[in-house]
Amino acid sequence: MINASLKQLSQALAARQISSVELSTLFLDRIERLNPTLNAFVTVDREKSLLMARAADARIAAGTAGPLTGIPIAQKDIFCAEGWTTTCGSKMLANFVSPYDATVIHKMHAEAGLVSLGKTNMDEFAMGSSNETSFFGPVRNPWDSSRVPGGSSGGSAAAVAARLAPAATGTDTGGSIRQPAALCNLTGLKPTYGVVSRYGMIAFASSLDQAGPMAASAEDCALLLNTMVGFDERDSTSLDRPVEDYTAGLDKPLNGLRIGLPKEFFGEGCDAEVMAAVRAAIAEYEKLGATTVEVSLPNSHLSVPAYYVIAPAEASSNLSRFDGARYGYRAPDYANLEQMYEKTRAQGFGAEVKRRIMIGAYVLSHGYYDAYYLQAQRIRRLIADDFVAAFKQCDVIMGPTSPSTAFKLGEKAADPVQMYLSDIYTIAVNLAGLPGMSVPCGFVGGLPVGLQLIGNYFAEGQLLNVAHRYQQATDWHQRRAVIA
Amino acid sequence: MNQWEVVIGIETHAQLATVSKIFSGASTAFGAAPNTQACAVDLALPGVLPVLNKKAVECAIRFGLAIGAEVAPKSVFARKNYFYPDLPKGYQISQMDLPVVVGGNITLQVGQGDKAYEKVVRLTRAHLEEDAGKSLHEDFQGKSGIDLNRAGTPLLEIVSEPDMRSSDEAVAYAKSLHALVQWIGICDGNMQEGSFRCDANVSVRPKGQAEFGTRREIKNLNSFRFLKEAIDFEVQWQINEIEEGRRIVQATVLFDPDTGETRMMRSKEDAHDYRYFPDPDLLPLVISSEWMARVQGELPELPGQMRERFVSELGLSAYDASALTASQEIAGFFQATVAGAGKANAKPCANWVMVDLAARLNKEGKDIADSPVSATQLAGLILRIADNTISNNIAKKVFEALWNGEGASADEVIDKQGLKQITDSGAIASLVDEVLAANPANVAEFKAGKEKAFNALVGQVMKAAKGKANPQQVNDLLKQKLAG
Repeated sequence: MINASLKQLSQALAARQISSVELSTLFLDRIERLNPTLNAFVTVDREKSLLMARAADARIAAGTAGPLTGIPIAQKDIFCAEGWTTTCGSKMLANFVSPYDATVIHKMHAEAGLVSLGKTNMDEFAMGSSNETSFFGPVRNPWDSSRVPGGSSGGSAAAVAARLAPAATGTDTGGSIRQPAALCNLTGLKPTYGVVSRYGMIAFASSLDQAGPMAASAEDCALLLNTMVGFDERDSTSLDRPVEDYTAGLDKPLNGLRIGLPKEFFGEGCDAEVMAAVRAAIAEYEKLGATTVEVSLPNSHLSVPAYYVIAPAEASSNLSRFDGARYGYRAPDYANLEQMYEKTRAQGFGAEVKRRIMIGAYVLSHGYYDAYYLQAQRIRRLIADDFVAAFKQCDVIMGPTSPSTAFKLGEKAADPVQMYLSDIYTIAVNLAGLPGMSVPCGFVGGLPVGLQLIGNYFAEGQLLNVAHRYQQATDWHQRRAVIA
Repeated sequence: MNQWEVVIGIETHAQLATVSKIFSGASTAFGAAPNTQACAVDLALPGVLPVLNKKAVECAIRFGLAIGAEVAPKSVFARKNYFYPDLPKGYQISQMDLPVVVGGNITLQVGQGDKAYEKVVRLTRAHLEEDAGKSLHEDFQGKSGIDLNRAGTPLLEIVSEPDMRSSDEAVAYAKSLHALVQWIGICDGNMQEGSFRCDANVSVRPKGQAEFGTRREIKNLNSFRFLKEAIDFEVQWQINEIEEGRRIVQATVLFDPDTGETRMMRSKEDAHDYRYFPDPDLLPLVISSEWMARVQGELPELPGQMRERFVSELGLSAYDASALTASQEIAGFFQATVAGAGKANAKPCANWVMVDLAARLNKEGKDIADSPVSATQLAGLILRIADNTISNNIAKKVFEALWNGEGASADEVIDKQGLKQITDSGAIASLVDEVLAANPANVAEFKAGKEKAFNALVGQVMKAAKGKANPQQVNDLLKQKLAG
């Protein structure tokens, strides 16, 4: 059961081979045993989870269950969930119990009947690529506990990779689903911006943030994505589109699929062995009937600098609400209002968050706005245009997800620029608002490598299909970390 | 004073008359217990998102159409970033570069009687924004209280060009604007509750000088009297400063109604850098021509149009037309009165509404909407004056009786109280004879050339007739008999 797919779990629950309470208990016990090593979860509440599991069992008994009712999953601690401590990986919110459900949580709990096992660790306010900026300590990579799981959805990635949960939610602002998926041998999908509601998902960079599934396979991602999407009148950037079943097209053959290979993704800057694994995966696709074409994303080298203007700018404003006035952390000693703000924010935020708030405040300030913020927005438009042009020549774009496999804890922590470059291949996708995936495609020195798939707008179904067919032909995604 | 010219521009915050807030579903009703009308969005809980209230947009469209402005087909909401405890998000959502309303103008009547003149004030722009909450610095023993009921209340900030040249013009502008926003139903105009408040930008320059002097902004004037007093004080202060050889420094000042003085709040050097940038949580506001046409169709006849119609169709003076279009209620009452009394009686209708009725309402502190005398009753009264059934003097009695509910109509009162004018010349002649016989002294005085004696005799006849004799007939008959 621990290694079962969501489809298998769904069938087992429907056939009453196992109850949701039993299944949830299985995973809760496993979390209890392994989480002290991995630090993947920051909050577990057995009672709450079992309450949901009992409700799910009742729905199954009453015949009102959906396909995923009763299946336990892990929730990134960026989603507000009523009655749950919701920290976003920060001291600032270490004591914050959400009085409401994020739309994604509501859909999963109230509609789909999924059971939340707990809240997973993450980089503080999703700012990081290694899960080392969390107030609650770093997460260990199940494939090598001296290494990072990636970030910011590092807790979700480690939890699924170590089978502490069958699947998890993540969020992706610059690669925070895809990069940890790659580093932990998972399949992860960042949907088109606007497909999943952002309501109740604590904002990092509003114009880039998007939630998505992280699981062992494309099929699991498709099932989970079905429960997450949909127009939400509480999110003005949510898109009102017909709902689709992402599992429907999984098996379509890939004959004639045109794969675009951006020359900028296959040059310098990527580990040679990682690149070899990616090229091998592309060769596998050719066997499956796909053809390749070289495309160009000429402005992609500008994506990291543009991102590190836009994302901090939005973050500096989004995080202003954490002022100690209404909820969350407040410094114990202050003489006046100014001091309350200064001390609360100095003590409540970690170094990386403060760095980005300062960058953001700087690029938005009078006299610098045009040179930084507006210029970055122009670059963003150029980057999106590059993709539009590329998709005239191909159906899906492929390349590496991350330039390296999982690095050592502490290896890049002192060098923010090196850390920022871990997302060199993923960031452009967020800037353009496109859907992107990471799919396991091999190992280097015992560490997983991810293949990145980038689709056109709303091509989530196609990406899942492309990933699924590959997973039918390969078994990289079925390999499991051995946990001591 | 005479060699100085005053330059005034006014920024007005009009609270829009919507049921719910501009970006949340919470109620905007005034006077609720603190923090009972602040929902998750107003409290800026982590993860919440704003959703624009279409009713607030319609208010802005109405205003734009009413002042002949351009309603922007696309406008953008921006974040104005600053920290204050009554600003929960740490930023205010407002509009900066692309406001919803651009340009337009308002025509004012300044002064009364011979000195009255018309003035056109141009508007720069009007934009939508949210109000902040309230800080309560009293009653908390060393601590401040925060009431977020007002946070998120929709405001239209209306900015005039620096077109006003005296405090009288400033007040006339503010009054016209105040009347207009109520006329078109977008603001309740309640200045005590802060629904309509003005900031005045004031500067002085030597007459004939083209460039403006340095301005100081007087904040938060919530009555017309304070507006006038504050400007008058500020103007004199600035002139004194300059005449004593000091320079005016750009600043924001507050008016203290108790001392009648303005005092410095902050200088330009202390001004915040608000780090405005487009709010990524809200899409640009797009107003289609269809939407605009629909709102146009729902607009009432505007006061300016009505004023012109009253002059051209009803032959009223510009001053009367202006007074009768001070509010929808007055205009409605007047039009209903004319409808009952006929266009030929428009002038007496205007006089009755503006003079007699207004004075009576004023005395009782009543609104015209609550007038005990209805427009139909007043029209009936005016018709009886017009057809000589009663004199103007008797009419005042009948009006008083109607006010006190002593009859359902003027006719009923006239009938019941026997107030019908005596027009039978035989009856009047006999009264005249009686008076002449009883007052030989007056007769003698008149014949000796004392004109005053005639008036005394008229008075005696009217008294004998209990006021009901037709005054013209009394005059004529008296003259005849005295001459005879």
